[in-house]
Parts: sequence; structure tokens; C-alpha cells
Amino acid sequence: MAVETPHLGVPIKPEDFAAWDRSISPDGAGLPPGKGTAAQGKENFALKCSGCHGADGAGKPADRLVGGVGTLASDAPIKTVGSYWPYATTLFDYVRRAMPLNEPQSLTDDEVYAVSAYVLFLNGLVTEKDQINAKTLAKLKMPNRDNFFIVYPGNLK
Amino acid sequence: MAKKPPQELTLAAGNGLVDRRSFLGRAGGVASALGLATLGMSSAQAEQLKVQDWTKTPGLGFTPYGQPSKYENGVARGPIIEPNAMYKTGPGSIRSPLQFLEGMITPNGLHFERSHNGIPDINPDEHRLLIHGLVKRPQVFTLEALSRYPMTSRISFVECAGNSGALYAKTAAEGTAQTLHGLLSCAEWTGVSLALILDEAGIHPKAKWLLAEGADPASMSRSVPLAKALDDVMIALYQNGERIRPSNGYPMRLLVPGFQGNMNVKWLHRIKLTEGPTMTRDETSRYSLLLKDGKVAQFKFPLDAKSVITRPSPGLTMKAPGLYEISGLAWSGNGTITRVDVSADGGKTFAPAALSGPVLPKAVTRFRIPWKWDGGPAMLQARAVDDTGYVQPTRDALVAERGLNPAYHNNAITNWSIAADGVIKHAYA
Repeated sequence: MAVETPHLGVPIKPEDFAAWDRSISPDGAGLPPGKGTAAQGKENFALKCSGCHGADGAGKPADRLVGGVGTLASDAPIKTVGSYWPYATTLFDYVRRAMPLNEPQSLTDDEVYAVSAYVLFLNGLVTEKDQINAKTLAKLKMPNRDNFFIVYPGNLK
Repeated sequence: MAKKPPQELTLAAGNGLVDRRSFLGRAGGVASALGLATLGMSSAQAEQLKVQDWTKTPGLGFTPYGQPSKYENGVARGPIIEPNAMYKTGPGSIRSPLQFLEGMITPNGLHFERSHNGIPDINPDEHRLLIHGLVKRPQVFTLEALSRYPMTSRISFVECAGNSGALYAKTAAEGTAQTLHGLLSCAEWTGVSLALILDEAGIHPKAKWLLAEGADPASMSRSVPLAKALDDVMIALYQNGERIRPSNGYPMRLLVPGFQGNMNVKWLHRIKLTEGPTMTRDETSRYSLLLKDGKVAQFKFPLDAKSVITRPSPGLTMKAPGLYEISGLAWSGNGTITRVDVSADGGKTFAPAALSGPVLPKAVTRFRIPWKWDGGPAMLQARAVDDTGYVQPTRDALVAERGLNPAYHNNAITNWSIAADGVIKHAYA
């Protein structure tokens, strides 16, 4: 028997929540139109990212973004976008929603593609001229992807 | 009534642990057991009592919102960690002063805080909650609308998955219950069952997960399994009877009992039902466990059973030998605490502590046990057991299994080392 409940949610059309519906799945669903290359992202990185992430993503005061491949099983693991992050789509999603810290959501989609391309380029995962867009970003397999395994619904010893 | 003769304390484990029943339901017996000689007060005389000024002068008036006594100023959250010096707020956290608190409820002003780009200043009248994705009827709620729904209350802990991460360090970090374990708090949360809201929206059969997103300047977002969402997840509007504080998610947050604190998304403004997890930054790059072989355990959600002795603990120097009460907190994200064992000899022998009710699932449980300190070196430990039969591991066992790199989900037994001068330090057993 269905219980009567208040039903006070107001229906909304997709075009009216488009500005909020910005999360991106690992298969690339949700990636917007637009494009950029590392060469195009370099200047914005220097201007808006390197203050926290260091020149060329070397880190400090915020996260190091580059290098660290091969260190994860050592006693001094270096977790970066290149060495640790399992999905390139996450990079675009996170930069677009939260970066730069002092002005989140201020970059255009093209700028986010270009800055993402630059971070991937610094990690040797794309060339300076590779065009990063919805299609190419979703297709890019990150080096550490296969080391991730999902615990849920189980638990970890 | 005839005076009972003093009774011998029943020792329950090594180095002076006393049977937990010695402090329970035996008012007369306890007084006797506490006998003056035990406390070393037999020769001292109390000073002559005088009538204080505060008894002879009219007191202060009423205040619209009460504050603790000025003498309790030291009971405060801390330390303030701002990893990014360029911006005043940014990502950071501040911890509950566990060693100064009692009972099971954390006062709202002392609940730990973790934010990823500061605390947003949200106008509740303009705040909206969007439900969309794999639902039949995408819809939007105002706070006023949600407030008209039937509400439920539950007492639940929230613990950051990074709490106690210092116990993965090779050598024991200096610290207190607060600085090592203070990303843990417990409150009564009141709000609307998420299942009720999702049922109204109409769940598409393909939906297996949801994405919860905050309205903060990090748009912090996490994927939550739909099965959990329909089990006991709540859109919380109240904390300990009042509207949730801005730092804890005003005007609404997700409460995901027992799971990683980060999943209890604050400033909640969007829930999107999805087929799979979204793989956001905070569930890939963060809050995943890097194991010793380089593999990464992702979506290890529940906080496993854990305990910490809050008194005595570092900073609370013991002043004289005698009878003390050991007091602490135990909790499990997998269920209800059934037992807490305490050791005063570094884990060689244990005695069961008394659990102070109410003992609730996915809430902290206060435990207590009397201890007669002889003034010599001691090592205090607590070990929690929950109703799944899970036993809190030693640090050695946890590190042997996972290595030193996971950063998150450290629920190892903590060892407080007490020197003969009464100074207490964190030390590995």
C-alpha cells in the first residue's frame, strides 16, 4: 500500500538545471563541447595554477601534479595526476568545478580543456599539440587505472 | 543504616585495572572502595570555607544564545591547518577536543570541521536542492518545502576517513586525542529520509548510484551507492536540536551513517542518480587507500570499529597515584559496539570496560573502567569489538596488512604511554 507523502518538489526542465548539471562520468558523458591543447593551456597554467602547484606542476604549497610514476609501491609514494589519478575525465571535472581555488568556475570550457591538456602534457601523456576534447579526453587511459580496485559492497581487511 | 566495611577492589587485569562493576550501581561500595587511604588524602586537611563574592552579588542577566563559561576557553577546536598560505580559507580542517569532553554528544560549536574551500555563506531562502538524473520526475526543493516533510532523528558519528592517519607514520607522532583522533564527532541529526524524496522523484530501474554535490566553492561531490541511500541516509537539517551550523553544512547536508565523513556532503544542493560512480576527485585522488603493493582500494566506505581513550590522555598529566577512571569513545561504521577491552600494560592483559548507554549503531559509545595507578610506568590501550564480531586491530597488524601508505581508514589501537612523572605521550606499543 502506497503511503501518501507530501510531494512538495517542484518539477524542473533539463534546460533549467543545465548550469548545475556539470558532473562528468568516466565514460566522458557530460563533457561539454570545446577543445584545447597543452600549448594553449601553458599560459593560463602559469598565470592561474602555478602559484599553488608550482612551476610545471612540481607542487607546493598545494598538490604536486606531475611525476611520481613507479613510486606508489615504495615507502615514499608520490601521488600525482600522472602517477595516481585513474581517470582523465576527473581532471577536467575537478578543474572546472573547483579550480582555481581563489576563483572557482571562472575558466571557460576551452580553457579547462587546455589547462587539462597542459597537465597531461607535463606528465608525458599527450603531446603539446594534441587536441583535447570530449572524445580524446574520454579515450585517454591513465597509467594507474588498472591498479584501482573497488572494495564496495565488500570491505577491506 | 549500618555502615558497610570497606571492600577490596577486584583487580580485572594487569597493572591496576579494576573490575568495571566497581564503579557501577554500588554507591556505598564505591565510596568504600574509594576509601581515603586509596586516594592518599588521609593526612591533608581541606581549607576553611568562605562565602564567595559570586554568592553575595546579583549575577548577570540573560543572553539570547548561551556560551560556555569563560573558564572553559581552553576547550576549543584546533589546530587550524591551512595548507595553502595564499588563501585565507581554502582546504582545511579543525578537530574536536576529545580529551575535554564527556558523554557521547559533541556540542555543535566543537564538532570537527573539514572544508575544501572555506564555508559558504548560504542564504537559506535562495538555497535549492535539485534531484535529477535517473529519476522519472526531476525536481527542486526549497528548505521550506523539505521542512514540511516527516522527519526522523538519529544519533550518529561523523568521522573523516583521514582521522588518525598519523598512526601510519613510521615513528609515533606526538599528539593528543584531539590532534590525532579529533576528526570524529557525534551528534543527534534530524532531517528527511532520502528514500522518501527519491521515491517521490521515481527511481529509474537503471539507477545504482547517486552523486551528491555541495554548493560550496569546491562543489565537493561524492558518489553514494543507491542501496545505502535507500537504507539509512538522511537529508539532515538539524544538529543537536538546532539548524546545522554553517561549518557543518547549513542549511542541509547528507548524513550517511557509518561511512567516510567526506560522503556526508555538506551544503547539499544536488543529487543526481546514475548507473555507476562518477569518479570525482574526492573519491579517486582522495579517500582511496594506497596499499603496500601499489594497488589502490577504492570505495572502502565504512569506518571500521575503533576506540580511543580520552582520559587519561596526552596533555592531561597524572598528578598522583591512586584510583582513576579511564574514559573513552568507541564506534563502528558497521554496527553497534558490543565490547571494549582496556589494557594498562601495553596490551599484555585486557579487562572489559563498562559501556555507558545508550549504545547505538553507528554512534559513539562512551566506555569507562576504574584504574588504580601505582605511580609507575603504564601503557593504556582500548580495543573495540562490534556486533559483526570485528575486533579493532593492533597497529602492527594493520600495518602488516596494508603498509604505511594508505593515509585513510586507520583504526588501529592507540597506545598512551604514561611515565612515572605522570606525563602521557603517544607511543607505539
